[in-house]
Amino acid sequence: MRADLRVIEPWVEPNTQVLDLGCGDGTLLAYLQEKKKVLGYGLEIDAKQITSCIQKGVNVVEQDLDKKGLRNFADKQFDTVIMTQALQAIRRPDSMLDEMMRLGRQGIVTFPNFGYWRCRHYLLWHGKMPMSKSLPHTWYNTPNIHLCTFRDFEVLCRKKNIKILNRTVVDANFEQSRFALMWPNLFAEFAVYRIAR
Amino acid sequence: MSSSSVEKSPIDNSVGVIKPKTIHFDQELALVCGKAISQYDLIYETYGELNADHSNAVLICHALSGDHHAAGYYSEDDSKAGWWDSCIGPGKPVDTNNFFVVSLNNLGGCGGSTGPNSVNPETGKLYGPDFPIVTVKDWVESQARLADKLGIETWAAVVGGSLGGMQALTWSLSYPDRVKHAVVIASTPKLTAQNIAFNEISRKAITSDPEFHAGHYYRHNTVPTKGLMLARMIGHITYLSDEAMGEKFGRDLKTAEFNFGYDVEFEVESYLNYQGKRFSKTFDANTYLLMTRVLDYFDPAAEFEGSLERALKHSTCGYCVVSFSSDWRFSPERSEQLVSAMVKAGKPVSYAEIDSPYGHDAFLIPTERYMSIFTAYMSRIAQEVNANAS
Repeated sequence: MRADLRVIEPWVEPNTQVLDLGCGDGTLLAYLQEKKKVLGYGLEIDAKQITSCIQKGVNVVEQDLDKKGLRNFADKQFDTVIMTQALQAIRRPDSMLDEMMRLGRQGIVTFPNFGYWRCRHYLLWHGKMPMSKSLPHTWYNTPNIHLCTFRDFEVLCRKKNIKILNRTVVDANFEQSRFALMWPNLFAEFAVYRIAR
Repeated sequence: MSSSSVEKSPIDNSVGVIKPKTIHFDQELALVCGKAISQYDLIYETYGELNADHSNAVLICHALSGDHHAAGYYSEDDSKAGWWDSCIGPGKPVDTNNFFVVSLNNLGGCGGSTGPNSVNPETGKLYGPDFPIVTVKDWVESQARLADKLGIETWAAVVGGSLGGMQALTWSLSYPDRVKHAVVIASTPKLTAQNIAFNEISRKAITSDPEFHAGHYYRHNTVPTKGLMLARMIGHITYLSDEAMGEKFGRDLKTAEFNFGYDVEFEVESYLNYQGKRFSKTFDANTYLLMTRVLDYFDPAAEFEGSLERALKHSTCGYCVVSFSSDWRFSPERSEQLVSAMVKAGKPVSYAEIDSPYGHDAFLIPTERYMSIFTAYMSRIAQEVNANAS
């Protein structure tokens, strides 16, 4: 089981409507459909991933978030809007957060922490853009065009009057470590945020 | 010669040799237009086997110029397969190893079902222009009666492209308990002004042919072939994309150089003329007029103050919607409109926009991604059918 599913599942109420932005192969939605009987929709642009969703019986809509946005969905149409590991890859993460708050009663966001000590160390030591298992791309050819730290994200939420209801910080294996809990912006590699307005 | 060089012939890779059947209905069918048809025939074909609990039936709905012959061949040496043979058959998206497939010629058609070129039992003469205007809703009514006769209470899926997709959508609205899935390909929730405009040119081409005789050309022992040919040529352009035509014909000439005249010189002219001529010999002009009107009138949201979302309220089926990037007749935006309404109405739906250069005709061409989406969705339905049957 994908580690982030365990963190997300308790935050999703049974029999509710869920929108997963950048749903990949549909693993999360298939899991929530089975465990929580949600009515889920995933948005995706990758052809192979879309086919995988259909094979799993997950509703998937081909839609490019950067090009088409989310204007075709109605205010508060969903109970939960999820975006896992994609916030850093879209053109305007700030407007995306607004849209997530418009469409859903709550949002769940995960992203890699650019303030993680290994990233800081890499930059300090090598003087080059950090690369790691979770950030494997070169700076010139990467989908991650808006990397940020936990603090960056939280400042943005405050600015936008978005409340952080929960934050679970984890290491690379999505395990919670003592250090990560104490100094998340330095020692946690990922965070799963539950947000609402 | 090695045995591995033996290739399967197209017929072995299809549902094989098929014989159409006809059912007569003598219960009056009241139409949306206010008129009624007292009795009628529907011609249809079936492929595959109906399972014990009759839960594996799939209805195929044809588009403007289609008919009941969707798959297979009429004889061992028939060179031409049914119009959707690429998608229906063993191992194909609509897999006849899993499904019992029904394909009919719609009411008003000219493929063997009652239509303008059939005898009106009340007058003893051909209907001609007096054949009442039918709508997609009327077709679904007539198809429901066919389903009754075949012992099919619920379709595992209703599937169609273009005008066929409109029937699949309408099934899910008219008979929500009788459809488990609707597959709506290269279709639209309604025609645009431009779509209607093209239809009007096609109709004008036919009705202004001197051989049309106000639709009574049968009585004059003639056919408005010139008008029908023009109509088809115009239609054909809207089925292709600029890119597809460019790729197929470019500016290629039939002869080595320009002849500086008005005869056919470019390959594209020759192709359109050929297609138009061939079509005008086999298709009925009154049916063509009727089919374009069926398209024009289609607008299931109209009864709900234009709200598709409300029109979809009572539907209970799963939807698969597919569009093609270069389709400018029923563009991806039209499908997206439908999909957004489905999501807003809280209906299960999956949507894919297939990157294809073939324009509207792409729904008939078995390109790789199209086939994999179509197959994935239909396999999922087959799994459901099997899970519930066992």
